[in-house]
Amino acid sequence: MSSPGRPSTGRRERLALASAGASFRLKVAVVWTLIFLFFGIFFYLAKFDNQWMLDNLEFIARGLQFTVYIAIGGIVLAILLAGIGALGRISSNSIAFGISGFYVSFFRGTPLIVQLFLIYLALPQVGANLSDRFPSLPDGFQSALILDAAVAGILALGLNYGAYMTEIFRAGIQSINPGQSEAAVALGMTYGQRMGRVILPQAFRVIIPPTGNEFIAMLKDTALVSFVGVSVGQAEIFRRSQLLGRADNRPLEALIVAAGMYWALTALFTVFQSRLEKRLSKGYVRGVTITTREKPAVEPPPQAGLA
Amino acid sequence: MTANDAVVRVEGLHKYFGDLEVLRGIDMDLHKGEVVVILGRSGSGKSTLLRCVNFLDDPTQGTIEVSGVKLSGGHRTRRKREQIRNLRLHVGMVFQQFNLFPQMTALENVMIGPLCRKGADKAATRKRALQLLDQVGLGDKADQHPIRLSGGQQQRVAIARALATEPDVMLFDEPTSALDPELTGEVLAVMKALATEVHMPMMVVTHEMGFAREVADRLVFFHEGVILEQGSPDQVFNHTQHPECRRFLDAVL
Repeated sequence: MSSPGRPSTGRRERLALASAGASFRLKVAVVWTLIFLFFGIFFYLAKFDNQWMLDNLEFIARGLQFTVYIAIGGIVLAILLAGIGALGRISSNSIAFGISGFYVSFFRGTPLIVQLFLIYLALPQVGANLSDRFPSLPDGFQSALILDAAVAGILALGLNYGAYMTEIFRAGIQSINPGQSEAAVALGMTYGQRMGRVILPQAFRVIIPPTGNEFIAMLKDTALVSFVGVSVGQAEIFRRSQLLGRADNRPLEALIVAAGMYWALTALFTVFQSRLEKRLSKGYVRGVTITTREKPAVEPPPQAGLA
Repeated sequence: MTANDAVVRVEGLHKYFGDLEVLRGIDMDLHKGEVVVILGRSGSGKSTLLRCVNFLDDPTQGTIEVSGVKLSGGHRTRRKREQIRNLRLHVGMVFQQFNLFPQMTALENVMIGPLCRKGADKAATRKRALQLLDQVGLGDKADQHPIRLSGGQQQRVAIARALATEPDVMLFDEPTSALDPELTGEVLAVMKALATEVHMPMMVVTHEMGFAREVADRLVFFHEGVILEQGSPDQVFNHTQHPECRRFLDAVL
């Protein structure tokens, strides 16, 4: 499942590759090709049914939209919670600190799958029992707690990853030099202005790489949603591949398709993430030029005068 | 100088960090158009005084008055927090480490203070910011991010940033201490212009004795949290009576 604090391996790899010679890169490409070839032969020997795979690719791919929907919904919720949670963790207000501490402790301290089941299975029970005890509750109360599997998935993933990311965000905010905050204060900024215009924009730079890693991890944890009963019409990749693989007794082909799709999604996002990181390095790396207006820094003759 | 043309008035200021008493009863006024240079060994409380004037550090005891906003030390209440912000609107501060905002260009750095005020006019702020950058000799660097500027240039942008909020007093906390020696001149020149041409009241903590001798109206010598001696540069440099002050001047001159 999630692994916070994991280094951004993709980035380190790219750095190693970028500094390596062309022949090294060629050799790496050959190694990858050989690995694929090896697996190709292995699958051929294992009677991998290519035709079945091609025939059913589309059926499984239709789950992509739900996988992506749950992952994006989850990460948006997680980012919101992590932002609020991190402000709580650095707050001198005991209530804010206490609530955020409880949140992080509980959601990091219990398994994601248990949280998912609590939301999907236990909430309806709570709704039924409360409606039973308090008949004055509105009619919609009970049904409001019976959640769609995708919504339950978004909630569980968002709450769980939000707890891990709270710590990432907190560390990111605290990594900013206190002098930045002092300068903002001295300019007469309010707490909101200081956070919104000075601290958070800088913290984002620190926060984005580990957040990208969390998103990649979450993308794959969406498969857990297949454990709460979903109709085929709303099933994500893993659920669809399982249904199909079982029905046709082709688990190898079905699961390989699902694995390939998760892998492709991850690769796609990694490219997007590295572009974003490059953009954010503006103002931090002398070499990176975003606008074409910038000229190399040349020392002008010292001049003064405030006339 | 009369008593009521004071821009800054510090009375009975004490500051503790834990059990350590860093300031032990400071009384000090800064008058209109006056430049006060504060001297003293490191740890004598010079920087803490500046930081107490705009409440970056809360005074433990005593009162601070800036442009008619008078606040006493001690605990912060909700009402006092608002008053502290009000007081800070009259004070500009320049830091040893510049503390420019790295994600913004030089121009954006200068604009951000005024833009955070109520009813800011973006076009007018921009015009004023460009004018200020011109005045510190960096009009052509408006679109650069701080990392592409030298230390001296960064500090000059920081001065422009502090001036943009139209303060009644400027505080300089060792503005040239983080600079390579060949870059201090350009920053001191801007400060000197600010003093002699605009007559901005300034409190300057510095070890630049040339600047102190040439620009200061008054020197204040701090020692172990109290003002040991103050007077004109000539008085302090040439006729000091205090052996402690003499030893310090002999060491730095």
